[in-house]
Amino acid sequence: MITADLIAQHQLTASEYQKIVAILGREPSYTELGIFSVMWSEHCSYKSSRLHLKKLPTRGKLVVQGPGENAGIIDIGSGYVIAFKIESHNHPSFIEPFQGAATGVGGILRDIFTMGARPIAVLDSLRFGRLDSPSTGARNRRILGGVVAGIAHYGNCFGVPTVGGECIFEPCYDGNPLVNVFALGVCRKEEVFYAKAAGVGNPVIYVGARTGRDGIHGASMASAEFTEESKQKRPNVQVGDPFLEKLLLEACLEAMRTGAIVGIQDMGAAGLTCSTCEMGSRGEVGIEIELDRVPQRETGMTPYEIMLSESQERMLLVADRGREDEVYRVFRKWGLEAVEIGAVTGDGKLRVREHGATVAEIPNRELADEAPLYDRPHTAPPEVARRPELPAEPNVQKSLPALLAAPDLCSKLWIWQQYDYQVRTNTIAGPERADAAIVRVKETGTSVAISLDGNGRYTYLSPREGARLAVAECCRNLSTVGALPVAATNCLNFGNPERPEIMAQLVEAIEGIAEACRFFDTPITGGNVSLYNETLGEGIYPTPVLGIVGLMPAAQPLGIAFRNPGRSLVLLGGPGACDEVRFGSSQYVKEIARGLWGLPPALDMDVEKRVQAAMREIAAAGLAESAHDVSDGGLAVALAECCLGPAAIGAQVDLDSDLRPEILAFHEAPSRILLSTSQPAAVAAIAAAHGVPAPVVGVTIASELEIRQRGVTLGRWDLAELQAAHANGLAKYVD
Amino acid sequence: MRFGVIVFPGSNCDHDAFYAVGQDLGQPVQYIWHDESSLGNLDAVILPGGFAYGDYLRCGAIAKFSPVMNAVKKFAAEGGLVLGVCNGFQILVEAGLLPGALIRNRGLKFICREVTLRVETANSPFTCAAERGRRLRLPIAHGEGCYYAGERTLDELEAEDRIAFRYLDNPNGSLRDIAGVLNRERNVMGMMPHPERATEPLMGSSDGLAVFQSMLRAGRAVAA
Repeated sequence: MITADLIAQHQLTASEYQKIVAILGREPSYTELGIFSVMWSEHCSYKSSRLHLKKLPTRGKLVVQGPGENAGIIDIGSGYVIAFKIESHNHPSFIEPFQGAATGVGGILRDIFTMGARPIAVLDSLRFGRLDSPSTGARNRRILGGVVAGIAHYGNCFGVPTVGGECIFEPCYDGNPLVNVFALGVCRKEEVFYAKAAGVGNPVIYVGARTGRDGIHGASMASAEFTEESKQKRPNVQVGDPFLEKLLLEACLEAMRTGAIVGIQDMGAAGLTCSTCEMGSRGEVGIEIELDRVPQRETGMTPYEIMLSESQERMLLVADRGREDEVYRVFRKWGLEAVEIGAVTGDGKLRVREHGATVAEIPNRELADEAPLYDRPHTAPPEVARRPELPAEPNVQKSLPALLAAPDLCSKLWIWQQYDYQVRTNTIAGPERADAAIVRVKETGTSVAISLDGNGRYTYLSPREGARLAVAECCRNLSTVGALPVAATNCLNFGNPERPEIMAQLVEAIEGIAEACRFFDTPITGGNVSLYNETLGEGIYPTPVLGIVGLMPAAQPLGIAFRNPGRSLVLLGGPGACDEVRFGSSQYVKEIARGLWGLPPALDMDVEKRVQAAMREIAAAGLAESAHDVSDGGLAVALAECCLGPAAIGAQVDLDSDLRPEILAFHEAPSRILLSTSQPAAVAAIAAAHGVPAPVVGVTIASELEIRQRGVTLGRWDLAELQAAHANGLAKYVD
Repeated sequence: MRFGVIVFPGSNCDHDAFYAVGQDLGQPVQYIWHDESSLGNLDAVILPGGFAYGDYLRCGAIAKFSPVMNAVKKFAAEGGLVLGVCNGFQILVEAGLLPGALIRNRGLKFICREVTLRVETANSPFTCAAERGRRLRLPIAHGEGCYYAGERTLDELEAEDRIAFRYLDNPNGSLRDIAGVLNRERNVMGMMPHPERATEPLMGSSDGLAVFQSMLRAGRAVAA
């Protein structure tokens, strides 16, 4: 008996329930209600965002597969493609940090290899509450430690290098950390697999781990706000087994090579439900399964539980009838279970049987693709104070070490040293080495550069401008290492879309991403939306995270660090402009003035594009010895980061500017790249050809960093002092 | 010289070892599946890094029971060259082909970074192309790489010149800074750092070639 309470428990509205009744032409069974509730959850159906996601550019000459599959695919030439995507695992990581993060890695890796691609790189974008908070610091430190250990545990054992990422701390992530994981894999162009069922009568085969009661309703959990009761949902978090996933990877890739596989999809969110109805819907066929045949870890599981379980490390595939044995042979070799649980039918329905009796029968297309679509009301993003409150007496000398020690800007060595960032010997630039991570593709002799970026402070102040800045920054990071940005994926982390001001943030951010991705010619090939990131009514900053990939030759990386004294320092793009309103989003204001106001830095996309084009040309000509873009923390922090490389080379800089000293040193205007060169004239010529200012602002020297403004010293630092501040910023909280 | 790379289901540095030997050393190399009972016609075998059978128990504790390990033992007894790297070292220790044990890193965390090693002896088929005292920059990536053995064993290793490498910047608490050890017959070596991750300038270091070139030189000397 389906009561109003039961419907509410499944987070379905009365009108959604009416739609279910209309589709079925009758009341659903309990099992069917559960199936609809997960497929129509925000997490699986994108019912609040779908309307706006259509605004994103998704086509491009290199795009082989855009949104709608398990991952996006880009042609990298020489007969090879890359598959990549970013996904969130925010809610589980708050409830159970280690397993939540670990299974987040597991889920995105399956999305990659289910397409036939072997994963070669992982990056992560993390947000936590402040570690030094007297009230929540201890919990935040525990969450950080658990998340990092979980990512390390899964990625290291699976054998994929975690080559970079970002990690930011803000009070708004106190009760709602963000764990976004990006993965990228490589495969031959003609060996891409799709999650599509075909061929009436073909066997549907279940492979991998047995189904247990873990993770039931995970997708629905990810579609609700957190309350005091959320901790009781810990059993909803799945447990990961990276060794099993590694076996699954090898077995799937080997089975795909037999040619006997028609289509394949991993069982992630909404498990067996999602994989069956989506494969059926994509192939416009029906799928019938018998639950008695589903390998089970526990006894007495109900159809409801089996269909909704999110047990990890499982895949569903459709094979050619008559060639099943070729598939079974491979899975047996890897010690994995592979069982025929059903068949493809011609009636377009998902039919679930138990002991031969039908327990659910739902049309695939309506279930998978006709979920409710909401045009939720959106007003304007919340107003943020505009009034600047800069301390009267600036102190650049003291502020630089303080900023280098700040959690957002300090070295994240403590985190990434726990990750195997080298396995597979493709890592050309790992963490903190260059502005983007770089992995080579041995098969093609070229490299792929990857950058993740999202700045919640910027997006909070202006969702549209913040989103455009994130796209620009990713592209700039790629251009700084000499890579041409070609395609993007995004992870949209927002609060409750049922609140019009939050919905406005989402809409404006999507439109900002769309505009910038179109302008920089980096189509979105897939991604993930994570809503309801709220705890006890407190929302996070709107945090769209962009992941953009670029292509380049395989060569020694252009790193951040200065390599020799006596080189000219060129500030490509010039010193930039900033006023006190635009300064309000900076790290200086966050850490020194302890505030947030105004607007994000101003972005002129045309200027940005020319700066990046000039940079790529300079890199390709081999004219730069080091290059680093000016972003969080501004020019002074960028300079210090260049000084802190293995060679510990200093710099003497004199800036010609009217700006207030602290704004000059720490403002975060985009479209600026700091590079060292022994050939300033050749660099200037390329910059001039692109109409980009490229003043020589100083010179590298054997030791110390000195920054002057028109001859007046703003600060002078011993490199050891800066190094100590930078190196211990995070470690002092966690060890 | 014919190389083999053992593939346990959870090996994940197998491709890297294969690539280093095939591409950078230019020698014929083949994979050997963990349930093989014979190694065939090989001159050297590499046990690569990874998590052989998941390593949810002690690292290498299950791998020592795999069929291929009987073949490796036989191969070693007949004088074949056996190199264990990282998880491979852990397996060789568990299988009793090398003394001591590898326990959790002193800091209790997985560490991935570059370390500096000193070659402690050139008198082995794995170090003969290097000279004693030479420094090598090689990556490590392990959670259980702290070398441990009783005092008597450690004294014996030193007395018999069986310590192949020492860390100059001991990252994991290994006793006496030991990074790699030899068996008494000197044809089996285990080391925690990854020479196969340092065989090209693009990887950041080519110092790992010293190990493979030594094996090649030793193999050719035997053949000659």
